[in-house]
Amino acid sequence: MSVQTEKADSVPAAGVRKDDAPSGGPAASSRGRAGGSAPYLLLVPALLVTAVLLGYPLVKNGMLSFQNLNPRQLILHLTEWNGIDNYKEVLGGSDFWRVVERSVLFTAANVVLIMVIGMMVGLLLARLGKKMRLVLMLGLVLAWAMPMIAATTVYQWLFAQRFGVVNYVLDSLGWHSMADFNWTSSQLSTFSLVTLVIVWQSIPFVAINLYAASTTIPKELYEAASLDGANSWKSFTLVTLPFLKPFLLATTFLEVIWVFKSFAQLFAINGGGPDRLTETLPVYAFVEGVGNQHFGMGAAISFLTIIVLLAMTAYYLRTVLKQEEDEL
Amino acid sequence: MKRSLFGRIWPNLTAVVLFIGFAFPVYWMFSTAFKPTGDIITDTPVWFPTDITFEHFKKAMAADHFWTLVRNSFTVTIVSVVASLVIALLASFAMARMRFKGRRGILLTFMIAQMAPWEVMVIAIYMLVRDADMLNSLVPLTAFYMMMVLPFTILTLRGYVAAVPKELEESAMVDGCTRPQAFRKVILPLLGPGLMATSLFGFITAWNEFPLVLILNKDIESQTLPLWLSQFQTAFGDDWGATMAASSLFAIPILILFIYLQRKAVSGLTDGAVKG
Repeated sequence: MSVQTEKADSVPAAGVRKDDAPSGGPAASSRGRAGGSAPYLLLVPALLVTAVLLGYPLVKNGMLSFQNLNPRQLILHLTEWNGIDNYKEVLGGSDFWRVVERSVLFTAANVVLIMVIGMMVGLLLARLGKKMRLVLMLGLVLAWAMPMIAATTVYQWLFAQRFGVVNYVLDSLGWHSMADFNWTSSQLSTFSLVTLVIVWQSIPFVAINLYAASTTIPKELYEAASLDGANSWKSFTLVTLPFLKPFLLATTFLEVIWVFKSFAQLFAINGGGPDRLTETLPVYAFVEGVGNQHFGMGAAISFLTIIVLLAMTAYYLRTVLKQEEDEL
Repeated sequence: MKRSLFGRIWPNLTAVVLFIGFAFPVYWMFSTAFKPTGDIITDTPVWFPTDITFEHFKKAMAADHFWTLVRNSFTVTIVSVVASLVIALLASFAMARMRFKGRRGILLTFMIAQMAPWEVMVIAIYMLVRDADMLNSLVPLTAFYMMMVLPFTILTLRGYVAAVPKELEESAMVDGCTRPQAFRKVILPLLGPGLMATSLFGFITAWNEFPLVLILNKDIESQTLPLWLSQFQTAFGDDWGATMAASSLFAIPILILFIYLQRKAVSGLTDGAVKG
C-alpha cells in the first residue's frame, strides 16, 4: 500500500486549480490587474460575429414567428403581424407534441446506443495489442471521416430494396422475407436505418476519445483497487467510471445536441416519411417552414425547438456553470 | 487454461468483427464505384471487383460546372475554418486564462450558440441575405459556416489552452516576454494538435453543409459539392455506380485529411473534450 492516490484530478485540471495561491507573486498580481480590458478585447471578435451572424438571425427568426409569412408576403416584402397565432396553431395541434415526443425518444435511443457501445469499443481498444488496435482504429477512423451526406448515400445503397447487399445477406442467412424488403416502407424500419447510420458515424468519436482518456488513468489506482479485493467489474465502477465522468458528461452533451439536430440523414433517407412519421423537430420545422412555405410557422417551430434542446441539456449546462464558479 | 485462451481470443475476434462493421460501408462505396454496371446490378453481389472501370467517375465528373463546385467547396470550407480558428484562439485564451466579469455568461452564450438550429433558421437568414443583396455569393455562405463551427472551436480550444501548464507562460514572462509574446512563442506551438483536432470538426461541418447553400445560392456558379451530390442522386437514383463514384469523390478530401491528421487529433482531442 505504498501509493495512496486519492486525487484523481491530474493533468487536465492542473492548469485550473492553481489560482488560489496565497502569496501573489509579481507575475500573479500583474495577471490579476491585466484582467482589465484585455479579456474583453480578445473576446470582441468572437462576440461580434456571434451577435451579427447568430444573434441577429435569431432575433429575425423570432420576429418572423409572430408574422403571417407565406410566399406572397416574402416576394412582395410584406410584413403582416399576426401575434401569437403561429404558436397557438403549433401548440394547439396534436402534431407538434407527437413530434416532440418522437424527437426525445429518438435522441435518447441514439445517445444511449452511442455512449454504451462507444464506451465498450473504447475499453476494448485499451485492451487490444498494438497491431489489432491499429486495425480497429483504422476502421473507426474510416467511418468517422465519411462525410455525412456520402454516408447517407452509401447506406441507401447498402439497404436498397433491389440489389442491396444487406437484403441479400439477410435472405441468404435464411430470413427470406427480407429478400426484397423496402427499408423505407415503415416508421420503425426507417428509424432503424437512420439510427444505424448515426450510431455508426458517432461511435468512433466516443470510442477513440474514451480510449485516449482512459490511457491517462494512473495504473496505481487499479493496483490499489485489486489489493482491496475488487474484481474487474468493481474496479470498473470504482476507478474507471469516476475518472472518466467529466469526459462522459461532456461527450453525452455533445452527442445529445448532434443527434437531436440530425437533419440530413432523416431528410435524405426518407424525407421524414412514410406519412411524415419519421419527422423529428428539425425536419418538422423544415418541412412546415420551407417545404410547405409557411415561413412564420416554421420560425415558431424552430424557436420551440431551441427550448426543447435547452431543456434536454439543462442539467449539463448547470453542472458546467457551477464548476466554473468553483474555479473562480 | 481454457478460459485464458478464450480471454485472449475474444478481444481480437471482436475487434475484427467491429473493423468489418465500420469499414465495410466505406469499402462498398469505393468498390461499387469501380465495378462495371453488370457487376453492380446482380442478384449475387460481387464482393471483390475483378473488372475495374472508370466509367462511373467520368459520368460523375461530367456534371455541369463540376470543377467550379469543387473550387467553391474548397474555398468556403478552408476560409471559414481558418477564420473561426483565429477568432476562437483569441477568445479561448481569454476564457481559459483570464478572470473577468461576465465570464460565465459568455461561456453560457457559446454553449447555447452550439445548439443553434441552423437548418430551420434558413428562412430568416435568406431574408437577411436577400435584403443585403448578397444572394448567390460565397461571402455570406463562408461567414455563416464560420459561425456554425465557432462555438465548438472556442469551447474545445479553451480546453487545450487550459491544459498548457501556466508555469511555462509565467516563466517566459519572467524572462522578459510580454504576454502576447509568451502566447505566441510558448502556448501557440503547444496548441498544434489541438488546432488540428478542432479544425477537423470544422472541415467536416462546412464540407457537408447543405440546407443553407440550397436556399441561398440558386445560381450554379456559386453552389457547392453537397448540392451536386444530392442532385446527382436525384437524377441518377438507380445508377448506383455513378452515385457511389460521386460519393467517393465527395468523401476523398475529408478521408485524406482525416487520416493525415488522425494521430495528432486523437492524442489531443481528450484534453479538449474533458474540459468541454
